[in-house]
Amino acid sequence: MSEHTDDLVAVTVTVNGMTHSRRIEPRMLLSDFLRHGLGLTGTHVGCEHGVCGACTISVGGRSARSCLMLAVMAEGLEIETIEGQGTPEALSRIQKAFQDHHGLQCGFCTPGMVMAIADLLAHHPLETDDQIREGLSGNLCRCTGYINIIAAVRELARERGPLT
Amino acid sequence: MKPARFDYVRPDSVDQALDLLARYGGDAKIIAGGQSLMPMMNFRLVKPAVLVDINRIPGLEVIEDQGERVRMGALARHRMTATDSMIASRIPVLHDAMHHVAHMTVRNRGTFCGSVCHADPAAEIPMIVLMLDGQVEVASASRRRVLPAAEFLVGSLVTALEADEMVTGITIGMSDPQSGWAFEEFSRRHGDFALAAVAVTLGVDADGAIRNPRIGMTGVGETAMRMRGVEALIDGCHPDEDMLGEVSEWLNDNLVPNTDIHAGADYRRHLSGVLAGRAIRAAYARARTLRGKQDE
Ligand SMILES: Cc1cc2nc3c(=O)[nH]c(=O)nc-3n(C[C@H](O)[C@H](O)[C@H](O)COP(=O)(O)OP(=O)(O)OC[C@H]3O[C@@H](n4cnc5c(N)ncnc54)[C@H](O)[C@@H]3O)c2cc1C
Ligand code: FES
Ligand code: FES
Repeated sequence: MSEHTDDLVAVTVTVNGMTHSRRIEPRMLLSDFLRHGLGLTGTHVGCEHGVCGACTISVGGRSARSCLMLAVMAEGLEIETIEGQGTPEALSRIQKAFQDHHGLQCGFCTPGMVMAIADLLAHHPLETDDQIREGLSGNLCRCTGYINIIAAVRELARERGPLT
Repeated sequence: MKPARFDYVRPDSVDQALDLLARYGGDAKIIAGGQSLMPMMNFRLVKPAVLVDINRIPGLEVIEDQGERVRMGALARHRMTATDSMIASRIPVLHDAMHHVAHMTVRNRGTFCGSVCHADPAAEIPMIVLMLDGQVEVASASRRRVLPAAEFLVGSLVTALEADEMVTGITIGMSDPQSGWAFEEFSRRHGDFALAAVAVTLGVDADGAIRNPRIGMTGVGETAMRMRGVEALIDGCHPDEDMLGEVSEWLNDNLVPNTDIHAGADYRRHLSGVLAGRAIRAAYARARTLRGKQDE
């Protein structure tokens, strides 16, 4: 059992393949740890109560709200963030689909959308637009009206083919 | 906002968790999926002095087929319950209900038992647990007890859990394979909490009359509810316009929903009647089909 009664606790997590160790307050949110502790500001923070999805990352291969996890809870886990996707020179496949379909305007929701879509593509059927919409229902976008985001996912799902 | 300060402990076993609860009692809070607790801590609506993280305790992330009943361990995630093939075939009403519990990302972490411990008056899982004779396994360092769901769920965000206790698992009854089922919900956005939701299972007899109906509702009272009044009203009847009219009237006379920013009490009462009518019809149609297959 690990018990922490002093102010700072040690935490080690692997983010996009790199292992980081820090001493932090137990109350530090994983979203703040990524942004302020590691300088990975691609993960956005909209609401801090789980509603908007802007802070979506991947924990152990499944999407998670980083605002609803403490950094200490991620001890020893593998995390992926938007920074692990692609670079401006070499976009990831999901990012490229967003570019092709004009799936973003201000871009605030986009990191969370992309990370949620990575989970959808890895684990969900996405045979119909309804399934795509339902899969994205936890991610809010105030700009696009979703139509172009859906189109991007439709193409990605077609490319992927049926889940095996 | 950010959570207030607390000490963080991560027990490796249920016994360790129970010792911690015995030591800290009301100052401690268990965190499971964190999908309800973290928002409340971020808003500082809840300020535990000690947070007990049960996520690394082995053996709790399970769904067990016990024959007549199914048992969800304390870390059975919503995703597991929603995609479990035994639940889909043996308790289809729960399978359908899970479809409405939050969004993919929240379902990856949130737990079945956490939802019942949180006791949100608009949550789907407490309703199903009430409806299907749920039994809540409760443990403290000094005793174990099993509470029927109706005793466990006390009020809005209030349960019968003592400060030194945790829930180790919940069992519910499997549905009769001959029974029809239906789940109807209205919410503002798919995966958001219900403004009103109705779950129904029922059988039909040789004359086509409803038998052994079970009806649950959520979003329309202080807690999720099993609607024994409506069950008595429809038991032995055929679901025609008159009967469904009586159901609406009964709900209108008996429900006391909250008014909040999402919907007024009158609207929720109206929704309950409409959704109950739809759910009873759909469950009845399924039960007829199942009975037809059996009679062939
Ligand atoms: C955007 C969003 C939408 C949502 N929509 C819905 C919805 O439509 N329907 C719905 O039902 N829920 C919804 N939820 C809530 C979600 O289902 C939560 O997962 C659930 O309510 C709580 O489960 P948890 O494991 O996350 O519990 P936690 O948040 O970890 O804990 C909740 C409470 O239960 C206690 N607790 C947890 N486990 C135990 C245990 N084993 N023993 C004793 N006490 C325990 C905690 O101390 C705390 O008080 C939503 C959440 C979010 C963020
Ligand atoms: S910031 Fe996490 S869901 Fe909005
Ligand atoms: S692109 Fe602006 S919020 Fe989605």
